[in-house]
Amino acid sequence: MAWFKREKKGIITSTQEKKEAPDGIWNKCPECKKPLHYAEQVENKYVCHYCNYHLRIGSKEYFSVLFDNNEFTELFPALRSGDPLNFNDNKKYTDRLEESNKKTGLIDAIRSGHGKIDGQDLVIACMDFNFIGGSMGSVVGEKIARSIDYCIQHRIPFLMISKSGGARMMEAAFSLMQMAKTSAKLALLSKARIPYISLLTDPTTGGVTASYAMLGDVNIAEPGALIGFAGPRVIKETIKKDLPKGFQTSEFVLEHGFLDFIVDRRQMKEKLATFLKMMNN
Amino acid sequence: MNTSFDFEKPIADLQQQIEKVKQVAEKTKVDMSSTLAELEANLEATKQRIYTNLNGWQNVQISRHPDRPYTLQYIEMICDDFIELHGDRTVKDDKAIVGGFATIDGQTVMIIGHQKGTNTKLRQFRNFGMANPEGYRKALRLMRLAEKFNKPVITFIDTPGAYPGLEAEERGQGEAIARNLLEMSVLKVPVLCFVVGEGASGGALGIGIGDKVYMLEHTWYSVISPESCSSILWRSWDFKEKAAEVLKLTAEDMHANGLVDGIIPEPLGGAHHDPQKMAETIKSKILEDLTTLKGKDIDQVISERIEKFCAMGVVLE
Ligand SMILES: [Zn+2]
Repeated sequence: MAWFKREKKGIITSTQEKKEAPDGIWNKCPECKKPLHYAEQVENKYVCHYCNYHLRIGSKEYFSVLFDNNEFTELFPALRSGDPLNFNDNKKYTDRLEESNKKTGLIDAIRSGHGKIDGQDLVIACMDFNFIGGSMGSVVGEKIARSIDYCIQHRIPFLMISKSGGARMMEAAFSLMQMAKTSAKLALLSKARIPYISLLTDPTTGGVTASYAMLGDVNIAEPGALIGFAGPRVIKETIKKDLPKGFQTSEFVLEHGFLDFIVDRRQMKEKLATFLKMMNN
Repeated sequence: MNTSFDFEKPIADLQQQIEKVKQVAEKTKVDMSSTLAELEANLEATKQRIYTNLNGWQNVQISRHPDRPYTLQYIEMICDDFIELHGDRTVKDDKAIVGGFATIDGQTVMIIGHQKGTNTKLRQFRNFGMANPEGYRKALRLMRLAEKFNKPVITFIDTPGAYPGLEAEERGQGEAIARNLLEMSVLKVPVLCFVVGEGASGGALGIGIGDKVYMLEHTWYSVISPESCSSILWRSWDFKEKAAEVLKLTAEDMHANGLVDGIIPEPLGGAHHDPQKMAETIKSKILEDLTTLKGKDIDQVISERIEKFCAMGVVLE
């Protein structure tokens, strides 16, 4: 029960969060290039109101979009990466981790929280692409595994938000085995008959697609996300042909039968809440 | 003798020298047996020295030697009977993964493995051991069949990766592999896995969740091939040797890191130097493990399987 105390400290509110956000223009829409104001973005759930492009956001934003009043208890926040292989590719892995931490304020590429959606309990584990490409190493695998244990123990549905380039090379085979670990835990969650929703966002590829992201009781995605196993560049080099338009988009994956539906971020909370209600009654 | 790699040159040189001495002795009828004995001893010592000190990249090269046995050859050498089964019952029969019921010393098992081709034409037919989703789904179908009739599952892993093609994506390569990881972790029969060649990433892991996972001595297993790792980290294919080192992909490193359960020794120089002996070593390991696992309660076996994989990873807190 030692972790229970730590959890309490993890409660954060929207007012605390918003203080750091600058006023005025935050950035340009990467799709239509029109300037977007920060307040408008928050209001519109980080979707461009000109072209409906879904901006790439992180755990902080997803939690604020989904959890009631942005209130949640952060789970296992202290987990951080070791360097089991003493990995060095012109840059030490430990330095890379430190730099990423400084740049993003995050400890690794995932955060997990227990909160409520429309009054119903839900655990959300959400990946952060800004932290080494949202790559899956031991921390990502372990945090998902423990979050699933937590869901089984407390009988709470689990939502996984994936946003990742795949396994983290700097942990080599340790990363690979996180695919096995998370999938095995999901087998136990499934046995316990606790709902698992997998939300795939832009981008979700590699070992993440080939493990937990594709194993939801329902798999859903945001519009226009890149979703696939192999990256488009690798496929292009293999088949020596241009890829068809719309290949590996959410819409393509839905059409081929691997997603249940695509949901606009602005309707996501409502849709999730309805699904949870159906499962809970 | 197969001596095809740079690092095997001293061995080839000595072998050549021995041949020459033999020819001279034959022609001149001079007794050169002491010279020959000396050279033979030198050859053995050189082989020992080279083959027991291979680095990562040299092991990768041996793991890809075209004369190494593949799944069907192992089945032929290990099993009394084998009935190959085909198809995923949905799309087609993937030629890069083979499988079927077999008997080993009278025990029925399900054997599933990647299959590479043995000549140019067959290599293409087998898609170089790179499976499509239907290959993983065929494997799962056969594993469920084994579970239904309470027969243990044995897999042979040897792939440069799951096939990164257009149709593979359309038919859900990611989902197919993911499904296998989940289902294998709770399969209600003992599962043994042997990395017999290349263990590349998800394509290998997709038939690699076992109660015991072994690597043959000169194989490799990692999240990415050294070539792809090199091209991503150093933007060039020229650093594959360095990549092989940093990935710690050898059987020795993988075992030291607790990511596989054991190393199966290969005949000196690699499995292709004595396939029969290699097969016998694998067979005796299979028989030994099946005896142990069949004696255990299957729920216990499954929870130990899950716990083993869940313990993998290094985190600080
Ligand atoms: Zn826009």
